[in-house]
Amino acid sequence: MATVSMTVNGKEVSADVEDRTLLVHYLRENLHLTGTHVGCDTSQCGACVVHVDGKAVKSCTMLAAQAAGSDVTTIEGLANGGDLHPVQAAFKENHGLQCGFCTPGMIMTAVDMINRHGGKNLDEATIRAELEGNLCRCTGYHNIVRSIEAAAKAMG
Amino acid sequence: MYETKYHRASSTDEAVKLIGGADDGKFLGGGQTLIPTMKQRLAAPSDLIDVTRIEAMNGVTVDGGTVTIGATTTHAEVAGNGDLAKACGAVCDLAGHIGDPAVRAMGTIGGSIANNDPAADYPAAVLALGAQIMTTKRTIAADDFFAGMFETALEEDEIITAVTFTAPAKAGYAKFPNPASRYAMAGVFVAQAGDGSVRVAVTGAGSDGVFRHEGMEAALAGDWSAAAASGQDVDAGGMLEDIHAPADYRANLVKVMAGRAVEKAG
Repeated sequence: MATVSMTVNGKEVSADVEDRTLLVHYLRENLHLTGTHVGCDTSQCGACVVHVDGKAVKSCTMLAAQAAGSDVTTIEGLANGGDLHPVQAAFKENHGLQCGFCTPGMIMTAVDMINRHGGKNLDEATIRAELEGNLCRCTGYHNIVRSIEAAAKAMG
Repeated sequence: MYETKYHRASSTDEAVKLIGGADDGKFLGGGQTLIPTMKQRLAAPSDLIDVTRIEAMNGVTVDGGTVTIGATTTHAEVAGNGDLAKACGAVCDLAGHIGDPAVRAMGTIGGSIANNDPAADYPAAVLALGAQIMTTKRTIAADDFFAGMFETALEEDEIITAVTFTAPAKAGYAKFPNPASRYAMAGVFVAQAGDGSVRVAVTGAGSDGVFRHEGMEAALAGDWSAAAASGQDVDAGGMLEDIHAPADYRANLVKVMAGRAVEKAG
């Protein structure tokens, strides 16, 4: 056991956990932030994507201890009070989800790709390539891509 | 995952000391292979020594024709490095197609080559570029480093600190990714040095891990063309065979990827 501290969605947090605790379990079970999902548990599906020090990573493929001292943002940290983040709003507007299970990871990945490429430079081919690590088993990606295109436009 | 102890080293000396005190310790890079392997209980190190915060091991430098990539430099950092893009864009291209964006944000070049997965991309670049692997103990030539599937010349308490190579005149990498896992079913890196000599390394396909193809090297030294590379024989006897592809199919993929790699190199 060790005390693992980090900043999550702007708040200092701390918990005593086993060293083998994955970041996703730290978030869900210790902080009760259950918006981050465990889909495949084999590092493939991307439902667990969060931002660690500004980079989108798979929180099921990282120990909480590796993120100690880092600044973490989860899906719960995107909205500003009652105002959805532009990517969240675009997913709602464009019906970018069906069952919603993959959506937190899709949105965290989308925010990261818009940050890295800039909204103006994101074309459909780039969006589809960037979604390589996020699996959706409902919608066939079409509306997810449309949502990200709309969000990229809105964010400029 | 079995229990383990996590340590974060701030220097190579500290990391070596920590592994010396562990029953069965392992160095942890980005963890994009090791953590999933531990989750499946296929690995159970007693201690993990995280080397990614050792500052001296991070970053890309291009000095004249010499490229040095620190061991903890992530695939995303390599893919996006402007100086490296000018010196050897093929390495940026390779790094930018490993795994997916989230994996590239964490995975490191040192971790990739230390693991020597037979389907990893970096070993092909390191071998074809005739790179030197710098460690806490010595400098190892790529030709002496890779020692078969998941095996390298590294000792238990030896850490890769950097990879260095002379920028080639031309280089290119092409892979055929497995449609599900996206690991290379065949990946070929071709490099032509300033003196016109050529090295060709193949990953993903060989049953003993990454290997050089001397027939293609000789052919390309005389005639730098896709046809010269893909016209060479590839022995199916030395190929991996699994549910995804029989050996003769992989042997053919090696020829096709070699041709594409030459085309990409220009």
